[in-house]
Amino acid sequence: MSEFFNAFTSANMGYLLGGLGITVGVSAISVVLSLLFGSIVGIIQFEKIPFFSSFVGTLNNIVRNLPLLLIIFFTYFALPQLGIHLPIFWATVAAMTFFESAMLAEIVRGGLEAVDRGQFEGARANGLSNMQTMWHIVLPQAYKKMIPPIISQLISLVKDTSLASGIVLAEMTYRGQIVYAQNTNYIIPVLVVLTVVYFLLNYGLSLIAKWFDKKLA
Amino acid sequence: MSLLNQYFSVFVQGFGHTLLASIIALIGSLVLGTLFAIMQVSSSKTGRIIGNIYVQVFRNIPLLIITLFLYLAVAKVIKMTGFVAGTVGLTLYTSAFIAESVRAGILSIEAGQMEGARANGLTFNQAMRVIILPQAFKVAIPSLGNQFINLVKNSSILAFVGGLDLMYQGNLVAASSFDTFTTYIIIGVFYLVITMPLSYYVQHLETKLKKKA
Repeated sequence: MSEFFNAFTSANMGYLLGGLGITVGVSAISVVLSLLFGSIVGIIQFEKIPFFSSFVGTLNNIVRNLPLLLIIFFTYFALPQLGIHLPIFWATVAAMTFFESAMLAEIVRGGLEAVDRGQFEGARANGLSNMQTMWHIVLPQAYKKMIPPIISQLISLVKDTSLASGIVLAEMTYRGQIVYAQNTNYIIPVLVVLTVVYFLLNYGLSLIAKWFDKKLA
Repeated sequence: MSLLNQYFSVFVQGFGHTLLASIIALIGSLVLGTLFAIMQVSSSKTGRIIGNIYVQVFRNIPLLIITLFLYLAVAKVIKMTGFVAGTVGLTLYTSAFIAESVRAGILSIEAGQMEGARANGLTFNQAMRVIILPQAFKVAIPSLGNQFINLVKNSSILAFVGGLDLMYQGNLVAASSFDTFTTYIIIGVFYLVITMPLSYYVQHLETKLKKKA
């Protein structure tokens, strides 16, 4: 048992929790970027522009049906073959954003479809253009409904950053592997710490999602 | 294309492992997930607490951590290969999500169904099995389908523990052929062969359910 507690040195824990900053950083940047790109793709799918919308929809389906791990590996190991070299942090952000945008596009499309048709018709009848209707009337209502599922996606993102340990990004899980590589007795304590930190972060987020869910209902 | 020909048996072997892990984990997580969903809606307080803790814990930690725990810690006591550790990890992780889907399905069935069944002399377990669950599953099918798609994608976690799956074999081919780009494209197509038909089928079911409602 003393072996268990030996792992909890301030150097080990400081190093591990330093990875939390990278985990949160990747997640936060990716969710903001994918909200932006996801909204664009979602609106294109919602607008049903002949040919273009169904083309974008099919591409979106393909991305959503691939494993994120494959997309991360592709971004970091295969893109250099085309002459695109991204530093490891930004390769992770790019892969996450690419994948999450496709996920969020579905949520945005669903949110837009949930807005009552009368809102469009009313806004158009009052002389707003298509763009203005979208921007001032429909999107604000749709986003309100989308907050809980967006937070759920953020939880997936935080969990999925652990996959970037596969390309040796020094986020929390990878740093855990470094710590227990020094001493195999550290495996269980390190995994326990990682479990607790991920759990607290994600459970906290899920409580926020629940709070919004209740408030918006 | 020559890459595909040259390494075809390696890809197929990976595809087989991915499919096998997915099917085993699907069956396992359906059983486990349903059990925990029933615990969450049962009248026993301990049952509800255990069910809730299980679902919250496994939903909120990364699959990779669960798998590493099995492969590095549990495997010291109970011998298991990377394939087994990955598949068990996949089962535990997915069962938490399936429990949520099934629980939502159960809660969507009106309370009168349970009351009627109990009034007619069925026990809680009988009523659950014969009356409630068959209706609940019908409602939960699209969401279960989405969980299965996630399961297939998440099976790529096996690559972290030497699980011989598609992603693992793909990394081997990429390392020996030096053509990472083509290899990963081929791997992607293999995954899509499983996930795309499923995803279109789920969409079809969703629109069918929506029309009924």
